[in-house]
Order: sequence, then structure tokens, then C-alpha cells
Amino acid sequence: MPWWRNRVVLPWVIQAAVALTVLVLIAFLLGNLIRNLTAAGLLLSWNWLGQPAGFDIAETLLPFDASQPYWRGLAAGLVNTLRVVLAGLVGSTLLGTLLGMASFSSNGLLRGLTRAYVEIVRNIPLLLQLVFWYFVVFLSLPNGTAAIQLPGVVLAKSGLYLAWFGEGLRWLGPYLVNGVWQAPLRLSVEFGALLTGLVAYSAAFIAEVVRGGIAAVAKGQWEAASSLGLSWFQTLRQVVLPQALRVIVPGLNTQYISLAKNSALAVAVGYTDLYSVAETTLNQTGRAVEVVLLLLAAYLVLDLFISLVMNGLNRLVQIRER
Amino acid sequence: MRSRARSWLALPLLLALGLAGCASDSGGGVQSGKMATIKARGKLICGVDGSLPGFSFVGPDGSYSGLDVDVCKAMAAALFGDPTKVEYRNLNSSERFAALASGEVDLLSRNTTMTLSRDAAGGNGLSFAPPTFYDGQGVMAPIASGIKTLKDLAGKPICVESGTTTELNLADRMREQSIPYTPLKFQTGDQTYAAYLQGRCVAVTSDRSQLAGKRSSFPNPDAHSLLPDVMSKEPLTPATVNGDPVWADAVRWTVNALFQAEELGISKASIAAKLAEAKANPNQADLRRFLGVEGEFGKQLGLPADFVPKIIGAVGHYGEIFDRNVGPGSRLKLDRGVNKQWKDGGLIYSPPFR
Repeated sequence: MPWWRNRVVLPWVIQAAVALTVLVLIAFLLGNLIRNLTAAGLLLSWNWLGQPAGFDIAETLLPFDASQPYWRGLAAGLVNTLRVVLAGLVGSTLLGTLLGMASFSSNGLLRGLTRAYVEIVRNIPLLLQLVFWYFVVFLSLPNGTAAIQLPGVVLAKSGLYLAWFGEGLRWLGPYLVNGVWQAPLRLSVEFGALLTGLVAYSAAFIAEVVRGGIAAVAKGQWEAASSLGLSWFQTLRQVVLPQALRVIVPGLNTQYISLAKNSALAVAVGYTDLYSVAETTLNQTGRAVEVVLLLLAAYLVLDLFISLVMNGLNRLVQIRER
Repeated sequence: MRSRARSWLALPLLLALGLAGCASDSGGGVQSGKMATIKARGKLICGVDGSLPGFSFVGPDGSYSGLDVDVCKAMAAALFGDPTKVEYRNLNSSERFAALASGEVDLLSRNTTMTLSRDAAGGNGLSFAPPTFYDGQGVMAPIASGIKTLKDLAGKPICVESGTTTELNLADRMREQSIPYTPLKFQTGDQTYAAYLQGRCVAVTSDRSQLAGKRSSFPNPDAHSLLPDVMSKEPLTPATVNGDPVWADAVRWTVNALFQAEELGISKASIAAKLAEAKANPNQADLRRFLGVEGEFGKQLGLPADFVPKIIGAVGHYGEIFDRNVGPGSRLKLDRGVNKQWKDGGLIYSPPFR
């Protein structure tokens, strides 16, 4: 038998040829990039990272001002991204799980409302929803004494003010000083709009993942549980959800990664995340290739990290054969 | 079986060949690579803002108008003798340089400030024509807010478009005077002014002409005023990419022709008469050269010999463009200020057509 008809050799040859083609293609494109950059006098350089940024960032966890270098600004942007992604993951998981559970409720109204929410939210582009939350909802909030006041929370156009531990670990609510709200914890409306939009959007998808996971548990499990006298909620909490988790977790992984990537839409609502800082940096330095490479690397690492954690969780919830 | 395996291999190779086409093209001679592309395409692709009254604005019928747009029209008239052979691309401030560098637009006529780092080959690597509008950065605030100077902005949020010189100037000026503030950055002008009108920030900063232009489209323009502080020099300038000097020269001298025509008093209305006069009178050497009746200015630039009469016949001279779009003939009603001809004490000055 000639080698090209050999079922052992042939797949290897084809795979090697494809791999080689891809490598040659990448090498060619990289070579092209470097050749053209060299021709334009623009070799990859990272010196600009150490130069003073010259721009300010509205809200940062990492202290930053215009005299600090670009890398520090990018780091502050990254921290801002991580902040909204983390809060978004927690919020959308809680809301999504509740919605997913509610779609199995015996209450028809609750079931219908849940379905309507999921269908409306996941069929409207996220960018549109963010613009809606920011310009229509959050920027329509009143200021000063007219602000919406709930126990421990004040919603105003100037920001969201939350009760938190003040000086000496004293629990402190929002209070007015000369018509301006003060509170131990203040969030900007930009952050609020972005977080609300991301949570509302991702929760609709997570609700579907949770619903799928619950539906995958055999009907007999529900019947067995109720014959033991467990309530609807007990059945869900003690019997169904633990079994559904191993279907839910892989789907959650995808949604979490989407949420992390979607956070880059922050720029539409004026929240200064990593993408927004990178855009300003790109414009000021003209270092498009370097800045975009940094951005790619940052989002890649962030998403790979989420995947790593979720894969670990996946191993935990899988059935262990005994 | 064998032929199918082979065609699978051919696919990525074809892809690779297709991508090989994106290597750099080289100009040279009077006919530049860029101009050859534009002429073969049959129209000029011009990058504009598209949402800035007075400079580039899309009307209800979908037509573009404004000072920046008229520069595009003048360029199309110079190339094709027809100001309508332009395709406009709306670009935001963050997209504009990438769009120019990638060749998506041939000419960037989008209220762009000329700066060292944008001009330098090691920076953005642009090639600038003469400035078509000398501007300065200002701050606009609602009159009712009682804000009169930069100091009144201490601790307050200020809306600004990201990726602009405005953003940096704001940081510099506030740092100089040690005024703390919160910059709220948006990607497009529309978002920036929407946030300002919704009251998210107490002031918005941009070029003074842009503030006046945007204010003219507000529901209640009289409720907003510009602070007297001028924070920077902003020479707004059409730009092309570095690396095609022939194309850059054609743009530069098209803009200069607008200036020169005003200096010589050749308007859209009088161009036909002036051209006839130049043709009839061999002693009018300056006029004959300027209008392309004699000499080879057009040929030296890679443009038709009569490119100047075509430009002026299409859009008029610089003064007419200014008055029509941002001056007394417009809703902006801006003063000529430093944008007067040099003879009147302004900065508009064309080098000689010699």
C-alpha cells in the first residue's frame, strides 16, 4: 500500500500540512507588519510606556494623575475593568439564577414575566441597552433633595451614594451638605449604568443556562422529592440544583467570558475602563500596534483566567464515580 | 479522494496569496500612488466629523455642508472638475487617524488640530496642509450655573471628547492652576453633548468654534455661554498620510488657492469674468499663471491646468466659504478674528503661486 493511502500516515500528513500553512501565514503577516512598520520608521517600541500620560481619569481605585506614566494609567484602567467585571459576574449570577429558577415556578404570572424579560433583554443589542440605562435612566435622576432616597442608598444624577463604614467603623448613611450628597461609598452614574446594563443583559443568558440545566434533571427526581414531602423550593435547592450544576457550569463559563469582553463597551457611557484609557493612549502616542497588542493580551489573559477558574469549578461539580 | 484532499490544501494557500496584496505601495513621479487610486476610483473619499454644524453636518436631505466639507469639495473640483465626486465618511476623533493611515479615507478634513506629535513620522505620521481655521479651546457652561472662570469649575465634572488635544489641554491647564476636576470622557461628540445637556457635567470643553456650532443646534442656545478663557491654540487643518508628498502637495496648494483667490478678489461670481480677462490680456501674468492660462502649475502638482478656476467655480474663495458656513451667513455667526487675510491683520496667508 502506498503511503498516501495509509490511514495511519495520511491524517498526520494532512495535519502537518495545515499546521505548516498556518505557521507560514502567521510568519508572512508578521513579516509584512514588521517590514511595513520599518519602512514607515515605526519599529515596535515600548519606551512611551514610561512617559507622563498627560491625561486624567475620572474615577480610579488605583490613584492616578496626569503626571504619572502611561503604564500607570493603563493599570488604573485595567483595575477599573476588573472592578466592573467582578461586580457584574456576581450580580448577573445572582439575578440569572433567580430568573432561571423562576421559569420553573408553579406561579404562571412569575413564569410569564420571566420569559418576557429573557426574550426582550437578550434580543436587544447590548450597546443600545447601555445607552438606554445611561442617558434615559441614570441621567434622568434628580439631584439634591429631590434625589431618590431609599434606606442606606441615595440615587442622584451626581452619583450613587451607599451606606458603609465611616470613620471609626461606624455605619454611616448618605447625608446632604449644602445641597450636595456625601456618603462613605460613592459610585459614579457611569459605573452604575454600565454595571446595570451588563448585569441585566448577562442575567438573561445565564437564566437560560440555568433553565437548561434544571430541565436536564429527570422529572422523576422532582416527583420523588415531592413524595418525600419536600416543598418546591426545597426540592430545587436540595435535589435538583446540585444535579443541574454540572450542566450549568460549562455554559456559565461562556457567559462569564462574554461579560468580561462586553465590559469594553464602557466607553459608550463615559466609564473609563482599560479600553477607554488605551484609546486615549493610542491617540496621544500614535503607537497603535503596541497599544492594540497590549489590549489583546490583557483581555486574553482575563478571559483565560475566568476559564481556568470555571474549569476548576467544573471538575468539582462533576459526578465522582464510586 | 486525492483531488479533494488537494483542494483542501489549496484553500489556505489562496488565502495567503490574497493577503500578500497588502504590502506597501510606492509613489513616485508627479502621478502619486494615492492620486492614481483616487482617479481610478472616480471619486475622493473624505473623512469628516459629520455632526458638527458649520464644519461638517449632514442636512435633512442627506447632503453634507460646512467648512471642512467645502475643502473636500474643492479637492474633488481640483481633481475631477466636479465638486460632487466625493464620498464622505463620518469619523469620530478616535477613529480618524487609523482611518487615514489604513487608506480608508484619502483626505482627513475633520477639524483636526495640527500638533508636533501628529505631524512627526515617529508620532501619528500625518502630513498637514495649511490650517483652514485658527481656533482655540474654550469652555461652555449654562448661564444659570453662574460659572464665570475656570476656578469656578473646581471639583466639578467636565465633559470632554476622548482622544482629542482638548482632553490633554484641559488636564494641563487645570494642573497648572491646581484646580481639581473630574473629566468625563465620551467617544463621540454626540454622546459628549448629550451628557452635558442632560446635566451630568456642569461644563463641556472643546474648540470654541465647535462649542458655538453645537450650541446653535441646542434646543435653547441662549441659555449657554462660552467662558472668556482660551486654553490653547487649535489650528484646524486638513491632513493626509506621510509618504505621498505629491498628494500632500496637491492638497496644500488646493487650500492655498482658496486663500489666494480671496486675496486677489476672485469670487465664485467673478471667476468666469476673471478667466475671460486673463485669457484676453497677456499682460496679466500673475492672474494668467494663477488661473492656469499659462505656466504649468497644474501639471507640476499632478492636477489639471485649470484646477484653480474649477475650485473657485465650485466653492468660491476662502472668505466666501467662511461666511457661508461659520460667519455672518450661518447660524454660528463667528467673527473672522484671526482668520482674516494677512493684509487685514489675520493669519490667512498663501505663499506665492510662482
